[in-house]
Amino acid sequence: MKDANSSGAREHQDQAKYYRSLTINMVLIIVVVSIMPLVLASVTIGYFFDVSYKEKVADHVVTLIKKHQQSIDGFLRQRVANIRSLARIFTFDQLNNDTFLKERLIVLQEEYGPIFVDIGLVDDKGIQVAYAGPYSLKNADYSKSEWFRQSIETDVYVSDVFFGLRGIPHFIIAVRRETEDGKKWILRATVDFESFNSLVENVRIGKTGFAFILNRKGEFQTKPRFEVSKTTGPFLEFMSGKLFRSDQIEYVEQSFESGGDTINVIAPLKGGDWLLAFQQNSSDAYKVLEYARYITLGIFWFGGLGVIIVAILLSKRMVRHIARADLEKEMMNEQVIEAGKLASLGELAAGIAHEINNPVAIMAEEAGWIEDLLTEEEFKESENLDEFKRALNQIRTQGKRCKEITHKLLSFARKTDPTVKNVQLNEMIEDVVSLSEQRAKYANVKFFSDLDENLPTVDVSPSEIQQVLLNLVNNAVDALEPKGGKITISSKVQNDFIVIDVADDGPGIPKANLSRIFDPFFTTKPVGKGTGLGLSICYGIIKKMGGEISVSSAVSIGTTFHIRVPLGIKKTENNGDQTQEMT
Amino acid sequence: MVSEFKVLLVDDEEDFANTLVKRLNKRKLNASYALSGKEAIRVVGETDPDVVVLDVKMPDMDGIETLKQIKAIKPSIEVIMLTGHANVEVAIRGMELGAFDYLMKPMEIDELLYKLQDAYKKKCCNIDDKECEIPSSLKI
Repeated sequence: MKDANSSGAREHQDQAKYYRSLTINMVLIIVVVSIMPLVLASVTIGYFFDVSYKEKVADHVVTLIKKHQQSIDGFLRQRVANIRSLARIFTFDQLNNDTFLKERLIVLQEEYGPIFVDIGLVDDKGIQVAYAGPYSLKNADYSKSEWFRQSIETDVYVSDVFFGLRGIPHFIIAVRRETEDGKKWILRATVDFESFNSLVENVRIGKTGFAFILNRKGEFQTKPRFEVSKTTGPFLEFMSGKLFRSDQIEYVEQSFESGGDTINVIAPLKGGDWLLAFQQNSSDAYKVLEYARYITLGIFWFGGLGVIIVAILLSKRMVRHIARADLEKEMMNEQVIEAGKLASLGELAAGIAHEINNPVAIMAEEAGWIEDLLTEEEFKESENLDEFKRALNQIRTQGKRCKEITHKLLSFARKTDPTVKNVQLNEMIEDVVSLSEQRAKYANVKFFSDLDENLPTVDVSPSEIQQVLLNLVNNAVDALEPKGGKITISSKVQNDFIVIDVADDGPGIPKANLSRIFDPFFTTKPVGKGTGLGLSICYGIIKKMGGEISVSSAVSIGTTFHIRVPLGIKKTENNGDQTQEMT
Repeated sequence: MVSEFKVLLVDDEEDFANTLVKRLNKRKLNASYALSGKEAIRVVGETDPDVVVLDVKMPDMDGIETLKQIKAIKPSIEVIMLTGHANVEVAIRGMELGAFDYLMKPMEIDELLYKLQDAYKKKCCNIDDKECEIPSSLKI
């Protein structure tokens, strides 16, 4: 008993383990199958979106910078043209007059705004001989300054931004001219740093995108809004003397180990002397991309979580169903085993009946023989002759009784014969009715029949049809017991079928049971009274013939079973195991 | 005195066959028995019985097979089948194969005698159209 218990527990444990691994497998499969496409789609779309968005950003920034490059270059060209035209229109002597210069400066400031801060005339010695402007720089000596040395060599010179004598960042435009006697002179104007700066300052994208101008020495020509690391990437190239063509705009992404990756656009200015640069933090430039990433990840996590939860719940429910089905199957198996046991018991009974039949026959024969012998002369006088005769008679009677018992047992265990014959179903119905009449009489049941006289014959197995009819009639009688009632059996031809109806006016079948009535082992009879196999066997037989069996019933009105047997039956294969005969 | 009416009983149970033969002989029939289908066929060939009483269930060669062979050798012989129980199908099968009738074991001796009488009557009428005369032994 203990062993059985522990082995049962182990089995239970194994089963629990099996169901658990089944659940896990299902969860994994569902999760992998649903998340994999999600991952692949996200990665693919993410990659292409990334590439195209970066391209778009680059295009946008490059276009912007190009526009500004053109406008700054234009600004410089215009300022140079302003000063050059002054220098060409007027002579050295005309310009060598503070009042005149002041007038010119006022005209310029009126035309272009406060771009020009001051204007001055410098002779070939580097002395500013005339000056107009807010500073007192008349007679200032520029002979040592860088710009003077440069501008005395060329016609037009634009300086880098420098502090100069006034100590304020500015740059100058210098135009060199010569007097008639070959003396060189320079007209120089100072461009206000702030107004120049504003040209670049206005270039802003996002939170961190800004522009600045750099010269070859790496000095800022405008105020950078944020700190710029000039010693890397394209700036270093520029400072190390690389020449850029004026139409060459470069887009460079820089990444730093410390983070804070940047995108950079550089464009040459002032014939390559200056560099207009734009810098923006990558994270800022690609903000949308980052949003998209966060959203995708969010969807991914929530979706994945949903998938996992659903997978777990679904798998658990499925496994519960499977477990229940398994249990039902097990129970069914037990019932089948039980039924099999009954069947083998029947066969055993048949065997025993058969074996007993022969000895009983011999005994009866021997008794008969003694009876024969008793008719001889010598026994006729015997005083116990009557007693002998009575005893022999008794033996014969009891032998007959044995015979009846064994015959009943054998016919009970007999299997049906599926051999197909040409059968008149009306005759079969009458046979069955006459067979059941005895029992029906006790149950107070009356039979009525409504048979179609012109019913054609069909090729079916008579013993199978008999079994079906007998089953239905017996069920009807059972239903009518003990109150009694009537059973009506009718036959008719309908389309290509012979329709036989077995109707009773019994209590009817509740709706809940109707759908299960042909299920094996379904029975409403008390335990031991019915196997629940009768109707399911009927169903099997009629289906095998290619026919149909159905039931209609109303509670407290009655039940009718309809059998439809096809007129042209397709010959179905005989099941070998059913053709065995009990002899 | 033994009549001309020859009966062969075929049954694998010797006790049964023996007693039944004794009883039939006592009723002045020329009865003998065979214990198997094969023996029965041999005996039929030798002694030419009028009626064969044949048990359906026997080892080796069963009643149906024996019936077929007897009918093949001597179609004029009438055969009465003995079945162990109410297996009507086998009996009907036998009838289709030319058996005269069937009886269920154990049977009353009188029942058997009636059948034998009928079988013999049928056989006589089949052979020649002369008035059927039933041996006195069969008159009950």
